[in-house]
Amino acid sequence: MKDSMIRGADIVVRSLIAENAEIIFGYPGGAIMPVYDALHDYHDQLRHVLTRHEQGAIHAAQGYARVSGKVGVCIATSGPGATNLITGLADAQIDSTPLVCITGQVASHLLGTDAFQETDVVGISMPATKWNIQVRRVEDIASAIAKGFYIAKSGRPGPVLIDITKDAQTNFGEFNYSKCLGFRSYRTHIPVEKTAIQEAAFLINMAKRPYLLFGQGVVLGEAEEELKAFLDKSGIPAASTLLGSGALSEDHPNYVGKLGMHGNYAPNLLTNQCDVLIAVGMRFDDRVTGDLKRYAKQAKVIHLELDPAEINKIVKCEVAVLGSCKDSLSLLADAVNVNAYPDWMAKFQELADQENATVIQPDLKPTKPGLTMGEVIHQINQYKADDAILVTDVGQHQMIAWRYFNYKKPRTQVTSGGLGTMGFALPAALGAQMYDFSRQVVCVVGDGGIQMTIQELGTIMQTKAPVKIVLLNNNFLGMVRQWQQMFFDKRYSFTELDNPDFVKIAEAYSIQAQKVTERGDLQEAIEDMLIHDGPYFLEVVVEKEDNVFPMIATGCSVEEVRLS
Amino acid sequence: MKRYTIFVITENFIGILNRITIIFTRRGINIDALTASESRLEGIHRITIEVTASEDTVIQLVNQIEKIIDVIKAFYHEDESVVYQEIALYKIPVSRLDGGLEKIIRQHNAKIIAAEPDFVVLELTGHKEQTQELLEILKGYGLLEFARSGRVAVAKRMLTIDSFVK
Ligand SMILES: Cc1ncc(C[n+]2csc(CCOP(=O)(O)OP(=O)(O)O)c2C)c(N)n1
Ligand SMILES: [Mg+2]
Repeated sequence: MKDSMIRGADIVVRSLIAENAEIIFGYPGGAIMPVYDALHDYHDQLRHVLTRHEQGAIHAAQGYARVSGKVGVCIATSGPGATNLITGLADAQIDSTPLVCITGQVASHLLGTDAFQETDVVGISMPATKWNIQVRRVEDIASAIAKGFYIAKSGRPGPVLIDITKDAQTNFGEFNYSKCLGFRSYRTHIPVEKTAIQEAAFLINMAKRPYLLFGQGVVLGEAEEELKAFLDKSGIPAASTLLGSGALSEDHPNYVGKLGMHGNYAPNLLTNQCDVLIAVGMRFDDRVTGDLKRYAKQAKVIHLELDPAEINKIVKCEVAVLGSCKDSLSLLADAVNVNAYPDWMAKFQELADQENATVIQPDLKPTKPGLTMGEVIHQINQYKADDAILVTDVGQHQMIAWRYFNYKKPRTQVTSGGLGTMGFALPAALGAQMYDFSRQVVCVVGDGGIQMTIQELGTIMQTKAPVKIVLLNNNFLGMVRQWQQMFFDKRYSFTELDNPDFVKIAEAYSIQAQKVTERGDLQEAIEDMLIHDGPYFLEVVVEKEDNVFPMIATGCSVEEVRLS
Repeated sequence: MKRYTIFVITENFIGILNRITIIFTRRGINIDALTASESRLEGIHRITIEVTASEDTVIQLVNQIEKIIDVIKAFYHEDESVVYQEIALYKIPVSRLDGGLEKIIRQHNAKIIAAEPDFVVLELTGHKEQTQELLEILKGYGLLEFARSGRVAVAKRMLTIDSFVK
């Protein structure tokens, strides 16, 4: 054996370091123990965070990836360790989050024998990964990791899983790392076609009521500046999807609000009145379109999109502009006229005023005694930093927090959009905070969802990550209860929760905690929380049976968006 | 609904067939037939999939297949623009071999490719309609076993796979 030979496990760790990974989230076990042993030697170069569950590890990696723009990394053992990653993989796949997940696997001679903790993780994870591979030979480890990082981050990002057998980890091999720069079956750069830009610009320049919808593609393509420049010049009103929030400052004069089931009134309703619809880095999720047969039928659609499979998948477009929206938006900005649409903008304003009077004011400045979720977010807005990151779980609190949080900077929004994974927020907030301890990370979570991953309070305790956890406690699986109220005759089947003393739980983890039940105490509590040095847990007891509005009920058209 | 042939040109990567077929199963679409083979270029495989669906659906399928990292190119054709063949084998008991059957074999251009003491094996190569027609007839002759291959096909247009592999 040559002196230069090192263990496969060391190759794993050194490959991660070569990819500039700074932190990984994980959980040990038999089949990944050689890698854990190697981590012990490199802990000054690569930080490892021990979560309390593998689902926590992958959501933390997602939170980290979403705020940093880097590839999130997590590791787990074979069998149950690997299967615990699946929810996070599915979440990252549908929300295009770049991840590299490394799982240990039984030794290669045991593959297919139902060995202890053997699971076909490559098979199970196939529909939930952008790419996956099993590595059975030490000499294939480095190239698989290099390829994995390249695939995760390039093109439309997504999760990659690399399953490494135990013998590959313990055998010795040479380490010469070379980064992957591309390969023949995978095209990442699509040059924008000039004719598509010309056709799009022609439609836009002729339009009387153009309307732009932007999604997370703007953030993933780092096209925030280009979007702003395009809007500044074109004067076109613009609305955001759930994951698009943060791509454009909500203070921008063209910004008209949010799309989707619980988005704003005007942006949904006026979708069916525009004449040209410009969709940028968004994929027409059914939560955005409502009934497709009655979605923007009057409009000519221009779709700016990187992923060719998204073109005409849901909404047929007049002009498809393939390529990174960073490129296409700047070319389009050059090609369109300087313009303004005062009458059209006034329509948005008129409807916004209606929403403000019937929904927003009662949410933010309630006159009834019970606290609303909206006023909590409103108070957070008063004290938060401009670049504060909001991480939310799934449910009513998610929609309310998204509706009222004042997004000003890119990558300040972390939530499970496409999959709607309860239990996402707490570990994702931890991951987001691990990227930068100096940033404010506010985790808004429901009493149902927090109990799905509440064990990660232990990770917060151990890392001292100064996450500010705001539990909006309505003693209900609120979003499901709202549907039961509206669509199932108020038959509250298994949605009410008998909850534990959350403050005691937080305190048991040595996290400073407070519970607010009265309006008069709210403002001070939020101020205390945000200036607190270290993690903080704030439980706010809110009205039990409040509903989220506006709402586009399932099967309804965007123009049937309801205010009550 | 129409019959389409989807061609996939791909790296020879473990699991690639799985990744392709889950695109169909996820949408509840049945694969009528599938064949996989090496291509003219080393390391590159071609997979031919026959499917009955609307053209819109086929376009979605092709887009999703092409999105698979190790797939080099995917495209589809209607039956009219491909040259294709299928092979069918029929196992018949010797006891039923008579003048009538001999005539049928001749008419259909089938071949006897194996003769055993108890049975003979007939082979017919052609389109599904042809092999199906013979199948229906042979059912009346005590057919013991029948097997039909998936479609092997080449496109009529002059593009070669080298143009996708750069
Ligand atoms: C893992 C998972 N299981 C079930 C659901 C369905 N679901 C969506 S919202 C919701 C209720 C969430 O309750 P809570 O966390 O208390 O938030 P609230 O709606 O009350 O704000 C449920 C059960 C889901 N999204 N994710
Ligand atoms: Mg709740």
